[in-house]
Amino acid sequence: MRIMAQLAMVMNLDKCIGCHTCSVTCKQAWTNRAGTEYVWFNNVETRPGLGYPRGYQNQDEWQGGWTRTSNGRLRLRAGGRFKKLASIFSNPKLPSLQDYYEPWTYDYETLLNAPAQKNFPVARPYSIISGKPINVSWSANWDDDLGGSMEHAVKDPMLKGIEDKVTFEFEKTFMFYLPRICEHCLNPACAASCPSGAIYKRSEDGIVLVDQDRCRGWRMCISGCPYKKVYFNHKTGKAEKCTFCYPRVEVGLPTVCAETCVGRLRYIGLVFYDADKVLEAASVAKDTDLYAAQRACFLDPDDPEVQRAAREAGIPQEWVRAAERSPVWKLISKYQVALPLHPEYRTMPMVWYIPPLSPVVDVIRDTGHDAEDAGNLFAAIDTLRIPVEYLANLFTAGDTAPVDAALRRLAAMRSYMRERTLGREPGPAMAQAVGMSEEDLYEMFRLLAIAKYADRYVIPTAHAEQAHALEELATECALDGDGGVGMGGSGPVGEGSGRLTPVALENLRALKARAGGSEGGELVSGGSTRGRVNLLTWDGKGIPEGLFPADGKDG
Amino acid sequence: MTTFLWVIFPYLCLTTFVVGHYWRYRYDKFGWTTRSSQLYEDRLLRIGSPLFHFGMLGVVGGHLIGLVIPQGWTDAIGLSRHTYHVIALAAGVPAGVAAVVGLVILVYRRRMTGPVFSATTTNDKLMYAVLGAVIVLGIWNTIAGSWLQFGGDYNYRDGVSPYFRSIFAFGPKPELIAAAPLGFQVHAWLAFLLFAMWPFTRLVHVFSAPVGYLTRPYIVYRSREPRAVRVMGSRAPQRGWERVG
Repeated sequence: MRIMAQLAMVMNLDKCIGCHTCSVTCKQAWTNRAGTEYVWFNNVETRPGLGYPRGYQNQDEWQGGWTRTSNGRLRLRAGGRFKKLASIFSNPKLPSLQDYYEPWTYDYETLLNAPAQKNFPVARPYSIISGKPINVSWSANWDDDLGGSMEHAVKDPMLKGIEDKVTFEFEKTFMFYLPRICEHCLNPACAASCPSGAIYKRSEDGIVLVDQDRCRGWRMCISGCPYKKVYFNHKTGKAEKCTFCYPRVEVGLPTVCAETCVGRLRYIGLVFYDADKVLEAASVAKDTDLYAAQRACFLDPDDPEVQRAAREAGIPQEWVRAAERSPVWKLISKYQVALPLHPEYRTMPMVWYIPPLSPVVDVIRDTGHDAEDAGNLFAAIDTLRIPVEYLANLFTAGDTAPVDAALRRLAAMRSYMRERTLGREPGPAMAQAVGMSEEDLYEMFRLLAIAKYADRYVIPTAHAEQAHALEELATECALDGDGGVGMGGSGPVGEGSGRLTPVALENLRALKARAGGSEGGELVSGGSTRGRVNLLTWDGKGIPEGLFPADGKDG
Repeated sequence: MTTFLWVIFPYLCLTTFVVGHYWRYRYDKFGWTTRSSQLYEDRLLRIGSPLFHFGMLGVVGGHLIGLVIPQGWTDAIGLSRHTYHVIALAAGVPAGVAAVVGLVILVYRRRMTGPVFSATTTNDKLMYAVLGAVIVLGIWNTIAGSWLQFGGDYNYRDGVSPYFRSIFAFGPKPELIAAAPLGFQVHAWLAFLLFAMWPFTRLVHVFSAPVGYLTRPYIVYRSREPRAVRVMGSRAPQRGWERVG
């Protein structure tokens, strides 16, 4: 047994209202830079829908992830090492910018400079890539809330096998939201695809990161990742991906997406797993067995034997305690309501999802029946095959049994708590029907519905003796390193060259430059941005230069 | 003048090549990349880039054989000069043509695709000009020397190759190259210039050829401490201050 710790996330899809707060805060924190305009480390997709980038789940086309060969070995779906090196001069399976979307801005200058005229002036969209006017016809979230579903959602690769049963008439269809970040897989195909060995898995917490100093921009990770969660920064020529907000989790704070989630639907915690079992589990013959195989890799943190092994492997006691309290472990293995996203890609993803009961509840309510009644809910889960089969395509490689079981537990919890709240005695029958105890049902309710901050995020900190060196704490002056404050912008050998800038420092500088308009860049319509203020990036402190006219006569 | 052109200048360039790469690797690992533009344009790149790169691999291999292996050795194993020449042309011309066609496609793409052109720096343009000139002159030398018999038959293995080897033996013989046809001289001189520019351009990605990929394990694990702490951008311990106690 080779025990390793993994920071993992569970998202409760029933509570996601698709507000995109996670996406926006993540973008503000990580990808609000030139070169990453089109990049969303966190995005929220409406399902059924095409997702972002468009149709990424269709691995017949994109060849992401792993496949099992006939002799039972795992192979990268896009080809082995030799094939990767042979196609290194032009990646055959790279999504184009159009598959993500071409980022754009608006010609706001026209609104200010247009002469008096009969018609109101219009700010036209301009491509940030080419600088030319574009007709915006796709973006990261173009099919939000089933918008244009007759054109887009019908092409959802996950509807395979059930396309004849799904209707997109608005009163009959179902819909839910799927927030996605990097899966921080146990068997990451992006890392395996990287010719330079720049993508690595941190041995302490399993976070998958790109070493920006070693990445050479071969782009194989982007093709290798079946979730398309590695992105190419077209200014620096390097790959970038979700970092699980490592500067935050190292000091015990949840990721930005989790912290700002208004629905409180994200859970972060540790999972112990046996690293020796991962490859074997990822190579099981049947796709539908992968969910169970991955769960079998996880180790029970309450088991004294596991705790002893963890201490022997050098895992700090604080981490062992955190693993015991981990909400992620509880939701995955104790209550068994969380399921992995696309286990059939065989990457052993570590961001899991509680499937939404809401499509089922909605149907019962619409037909006028009691949507809190366990009998009605169970019957509906059995009859409403379409949402269940669709969820199974997403979470269990098409096997409806685990989805059924998870939904039944959620339904039982719902009815049980209704009975209790109304002062009736629900009795143990309801819990027993789904293989749980009353205590477990109540605890699960506390975790899912009350969802206290301290219960949702159980994040052990990095070693305290290192904490002063973590850049986000900034107890040392971050500006007094080589190069100092003056460094920035373009180095001598092209954009993005020069010393690596600490993440927080770069953001601060970029924000300042943008808020104060000191970049002096050009607007698409000609004028200069000098003296302009972007109120979105203004932190409300002080008066940025250019917020008010210098001479004050207009004020 | 000959001494400057064919002794001082080459050594300056080669020194810049070596020291420059050390400097760039030491201080600009972040800027060390292929700077791919595939995200902007895919269709032409899919044809042009493999043509150019595989062509160049052949061209570089041919240069190594032609410049490094002394004529005496091939004579000794009974390979006649004519046979050697035919073999060299049979392998070299397809590689050269592939490289040139690829380069033309890539340069056309770079100029005509708006986003790719705006991502092209002055540094890039200068480098493409020198690289293009070196390649075109090289092709010209081959054609002019072998097929057109332009300016008489010149055996570069009697002149250019011994000169090239003499540089690395630290006993330069500039008179050998000075006697070569002008085409060869300009080709060689521009090549030295290219070597000097090399570490400061995107050409550095040549030295990132990821051959280690064939042998390393698929999944790389790395510990956060102590090296990774530096990777995260925090400051290295400064000299002068020793921790007390």
